Amino acid sequence: MSGKMTETNVIPDASKAELLGYYRDMLLVRRFEEKSGQLYGMGLIGGFCHLYIGQEAVVVGVEAVAQEGDKRITAYRDHGHMLVCGMDPGGVMAELTGREGGFSKGKGGSMHMFSKDRHFYGGHGIVGAQVPIGAGLSFADRYLGNSCVTFTYFGDGAANQGQIYETFNMASLWKLPVVFVIENNQYAMGTSLARASSTAQLFTRGRAFDIPGEMVDGMDVLAVKARASAAAKHCRDGHGPYILEMMTYRYRGHSMSDPAKYRSREEVQRVRTERDPINMLRDAILQSGAAVEAELKAIDSEIKIVVSEAEKFARESPEPDADALWTDIYLPS
Amino acid sequence: MASLILLPALSPTMETGKVSKWLVKEGQTVTSGDIIAEIETDKAVMEFEAIDDGTITKLLVKEGSREIAVNTPIAEFESDVAVPASVSPPPAVPAKKPDEVSRGPAAASMLQVAARDTELPSDVEFRSQTVREAIRDAMAEEMRRDSSVFLMGEEVAEYEGAYKVSQGLLAEFGAERVVDTPITEHGFAGLGVGTAFAGLKPIVEFMTMNFSMQAIDHIVNSAAKTLYMSGGQMGCPIVFRGPNGAAARVGAQHSQDYAAWYAHIPGLKVVQPFSAADAKGLLKSAIRDPNPVVMLENEIMYGHSFDVPVVDDFLVPIGKARIWRNGSDVTLVSFGIGMKHTLAAADELSQLGIEAEVIDLRSLRPMDTASVIESVKRTNRCVTVEEGWPVGSIGNHIGSVVMQRAFDWLDAPVLNCTGKDVPMPYAANLEKLALVSVDEIVAAARSVTYR
Repeated sequence: MSGKMTETNVIPDASKAELLGYYRDMLLVRRFEEKSGQLYGMGLIGGFCHLYIGQEAVVVGVEAVAQEGDKRITAYRDHGHMLVCGMDPGGVMAELTGREGGFSKGKGGSMHMFSKDRHFYGGHGIVGAQVPIGAGLSFADRYLGNSCVTFTYFGDGAANQGQIYETFNMASLWKLPVVFVIENNQYAMGTSLARASSTAQLFTRGRAFDIPGEMVDGMDVLAVKARASAAAKHCRDGHGPYILEMMTYRYRGHSMSDPAKYRSREEVQRVRTERDPINMLRDAILQSGAAVEAELKAIDSEIKIVVSEAEKFARESPEPDADALWTDIYLPS
Repeated sequence: MASLILLPALSPTMETGKVSKWLVKEGQTVTSGDIIAEIETDKAVMEFEAIDDGTITKLLVKEGSREIAVNTPIAEFESDVAVPASVSPPPAVPAKKPDEVSRGPAAASMLQVAARDTELPSDVEFRSQTVREAIRDAMAEEMRRDSSVFLMGEEVAEYEGAYKVSQGLLAEFGAERVVDTPITEHGFAGLGVGTAFAGLKPIVEFMTMNFSMQAIDHIVNSAAKTLYMSGGQMGCPIVFRGPNGAAARVGAQHSQDYAAWYAHIPGLKVVQPFSAADAKGLLKSAIRDPNPVVMLENEIMYGHSFDVPVVDDFLVPIGKARIWRNGSDVTLVSFGIGMKHTLAAADELSQLGIEAEVIDLRSLRPMDTASVIESVKRTNRCVTVEEGWPVGSIGNHIGSVVMQRAFDWLDAPVLNCTGKDVPMPYAANLEKLALVSVDEIVAAARSVTYR
């Protein structure tokens, strides 16, 4: 990782309940994704499946500051976003297995899930396409005169798509309440940032549009939360968009079929050992005395049950009825 | 040296103009570059300059005169220059012969059909309106009715539309609801989709549908497919609209017909009206529709006038064709500006003793193929007409449907009259050759009727 990180307090500045909540959510994503990988290997999940393992602190830290009515939208590495914004793990897993009980009734799959209730707007398969849509969600909030914010996530790969800059221009021009969260996991599929981007610091890409931005340690959930809080306030106060570049890392390949030969085992191992977001929070909780080992173990056990129930639901939910092929193409006029 | 000042063509599609204001008097001397008049075109009010030094000796048309054909003398001029020279710039397009201009159908048949289609009261009044005005009125009425409806696009607000379609909307609804966007089709199409996901009802105007190709990923992947991908959760009530197809002499990149492209996409609805009444009624239905709708307009048709019923809430259902002309010898199927050529062909055919039934599809998705089949079962022959390219065309689809559902009724193969399979050329003669023509339609109809 390069560039200057935002200085953050290593001592937990959150309540015990909050800390344990972040721990729980990150662990849920980690275990859920490990299970997804297993089910993919068993042929229960097909097609494209992009795991979020390693990046958990980003979505958990951002969601920690989301208020009711705030919207979120991302690309196709989306399982974590759905779980943390409150979508039922069983419904997510059943969508992965293409079953009737999935959030899209089995018709969307890993990359295409939505929840109006939780204000989760997908789940988009075209790199970068979610970004103008996210700006549109925030345009609607501004139009309706409420104080909601849209968290629009995209990766370092999407940062080179032209529509991002079309969106930056309009978002700044119209002072839209949108936080652009760049999840910089260093690799756009198999191409490292250095090989794809003319500049290393993606948060500076907003400068031409007068959008403030900063780089954040995306492996530190508390740092993420602190900066997301400031960014959301900036939007809610009517100052327009804000960019947060979250420096993060994915442990697994781009998708299930990616052998990840573009980076060394040592590189991955080093991040896992030294910068793992869950271990870092775990250590901080224990060192600060916010909770004891047994409390964390109880959470581990609880998550195991949640994931295993999700798996059970996803296995037992029936495949969609053949008639579903022809439904949901148009709403009745 | 005396000469005539002719009404200039000041836009690619201008056929007639209005002298809004004379800025010179008879006997006044002018120098090259002086503005002598304001001319209202189909798009804007333009200033018209003298290109020579001399004296305006006589004004031949009164201020405020409308519908003056391009190349009509509007003033007499005595030039200071000894060499004979025309003061008027050479016209941008050759003057059209009267028979080529606006072969509109008779008002009587329109009345009859409108009444049948929309169950209007028998005593309903009609008023003549251009397609441009009808589209503007449709947007304004729906914006008055529903505060979640708004218009966005390039030059829609302060400029009042590149083709003057959104005249008056900014003044009535304000900048929050009539939103000028940067030139950023990909971006604002995606942004519009986001507002629709969040419950607003955007009308996204493309300055021309040719530019929608920059944005087609959002129209297809984001707007059309998300309802399905979300298992029915995420509706997208959005209208994408703008002029489509060839205008006049604007070259290959500005002359494409997207009818077949958008009609291909499940999840989209696609309408391509011909008349002003249908443009109004279909656009109002499109704005109310909870699904994404693409409305393909036509720059040449914007200035054409039709009778539009004067009723409070005139809606035309999406997915229903209109029979413009009854006939028993051959079914001609078209839509959009293709109808103009088709109706002209039907008149010529009638003089040859061939009575054509003319169907305006109006909607391309869903398509009212039942009306086509029903007609073909009576006429036993079918010719399709469109401006788009021949491969994978709307006509191909109709031919296939007719073959599958009415094979035993056919007395001849279904013929497709289309634009030629070439990028649109610029040269006037080549462009004319590239477009579908009345003669080709007449020939196709004669061929299938063996006459």
